[in-house]
Amino acid sequence: MIFTLTENVSLSPTVFSLRLEGPHGAVRPGQFAQVSVPGLYLRRPISLCRWDEKSVTLVIREVGKGTKALRSLAPGSPLDVLLPLGNGFDPSAAGQKPLLVGGGVGLPPLLGLCGELLALGKSPTVLCGFSSKSDSFLTEEFLSLGCDVRVSTLDGSLGAKGLVTGLMDGCDYDFVFSCGPRTMMKAVFDKAARPGQYSFEERMACGFGACMGCSVPTRSGMKRVCADGPVFPGGEVIW
Amino acid sequence: MKDLKVSLGGIALDNPVIPASGTCGFGKELSGWYDLNILGALSFKGTTIAPRDGNAAPRVAECPAGMLNSVGLQNPGAYHAAAYELPELKSFFHKPLIANISGFSEKDYVEAVEILQRDSAVRILEINISCPNVHGGGMAFGTDPKMAAAVTRAVKDVAEKPVYMKLSPNVTDIVSIARACVDAGADGLSLINTLLGMRIDLKRKKPVLANKVGGYSGPGIFPVALRMVWQVTGAVDVPVIGMGGVSSAEDVIEMMYAGAKAVQVGAANLIDPLACKKIIEDLPRAMEEYGIERLSDIRRVE
Repeated sequence: MIFTLTENVSLSPTVFSLRLEGPHGAVRPGQFAQVSVPGLYLRRPISLCRWDEKSVTLVIREVGKGTKALRSLAPGSPLDVLLPLGNGFDPSAAGQKPLLVGGGVGLPPLLGLCGELLALGKSPTVLCGFSSKSDSFLTEEFLSLGCDVRVSTLDGSLGAKGLVTGLMDGCDYDFVFSCGPRTMMKAVFDKAARPGQYSFEERMACGFGACMGCSVPTRSGMKRVCADGPVFPGGEVIW
Repeated sequence: MKDLKVSLGGIALDNPVIPASGTCGFGKELSGWYDLNILGALSFKGTTIAPRDGNAAPRVAECPAGMLNSVGLQNPGAYHAAAYELPELKSFFHKPLIANISGFSEKDYVEAVEILQRDSAVRILEINISCPNVHGGGMAFGTDPKMAAAVTRAVKDVAEKPVYMKLSPNVTDIVSIARACVDAGADGLSLINTLLGMRIDLKRKKPVLANKVGGYSGPGIFPVALRMVWQVTGAVDVPVIGMGGVSSAEDVIEMMYAGAKAVQVGAANLIDPLACKKIIEDLPRAMEEYGIERLSDIRRVE
């Protein structure tokens, strides 16, 4: 599917946001897009942050050649994108008090999820972890949704000082949704007193389950992160 | 009206386009994107006698004009494939199936062939000999003419369907391997498998793939594949299925001018799930451009 890039906005020194216009199927929070990058062979899997009927927004951290090339695209550029892919989060699995824990560029899919949870009449608490104030992003967007947002930074330059898991102590919750670095999600899983869903990333080729390029072992056998995931129940993950 | 029909050793195909093993699973995933019955045939996921989990992740890496994979033949095993995957595949796909079979000993190959050939939809047995021989010091069957011939003979002894040996390009002389397979009774050949490659992550100073090395596929290998198909079809007299980086209708036609009777499309399916559909729909346009009325008229260039 060919989308048109309508906005390319910098959110922090390393994070940027792309708004793509084009018709697409219904999106579930936690699903992702496979973005074709001019000059590179493999598509790049990027989580869907926000969406409406005729557009999607991807929030991306610049980590390598592919994401660097995406950052340099000018509005008006056509982009070949497959979406929506993957299973996504299941907002109905949570009770009234879901806890969302995101680290860095794991936060974008939680924004779309947060909106869905609010629409279902639930009261999410969002914990955002960054290394420092200078690379924080999306916190205003979470606040503007009208949910309880708490922030931690490793250096204490914004919010509480320390790991995002430190913020879990004072929280009352009945379900966890998490996305971020694997080590962070393991700490969240270990600390969480409630069941939850965790979103993973892996190097992918196809993104729709055909190639087995992103398979990982789980407690219920090999699973494709792209098609069986990227969201897995915490109890299924071999941490 | 352009005629796309081809014959693969007497098996009639509506067109020469076949998604290659490992890029279309057991059909399910691609069937969500289009009706697979437009395909000439389908070569399903490389199946071994026992189920395999495959290699650790990361299993794929970006390359110039292609990709590396080290999936490691993750598959549910021949019994599960025959009992569950093939019936499901046949519920929505009614064209010839090519059973891609791998093994780590001659016995492995023979047992998997015996199970998978029972299915009437399986019309061709495609024997992947790029795997290491556990009884041969781990050397790949397909890198030694004697081992390649031995597997061919072992499979032919039990096969009730045409046997196509799928050759590895990671050899000094592909023609000698091809000849050894044909002399041992192979009914046809499939070539090429992926080229062994490697990438190193300069930030981590480590190989990108957990398996360190993997198979290179994609448009970058097309000229190598074309050359090998041309050399082999000049030396043996059995039908050859050509593959390796095929990504367009022009590539299909070029592969046929190199001597291939049918063509498999691999990595292109992973970049665009509609790749085979687009190629098939574009073939009449490309045939018109190059003055071809019937694909079956194409003769290997000298």
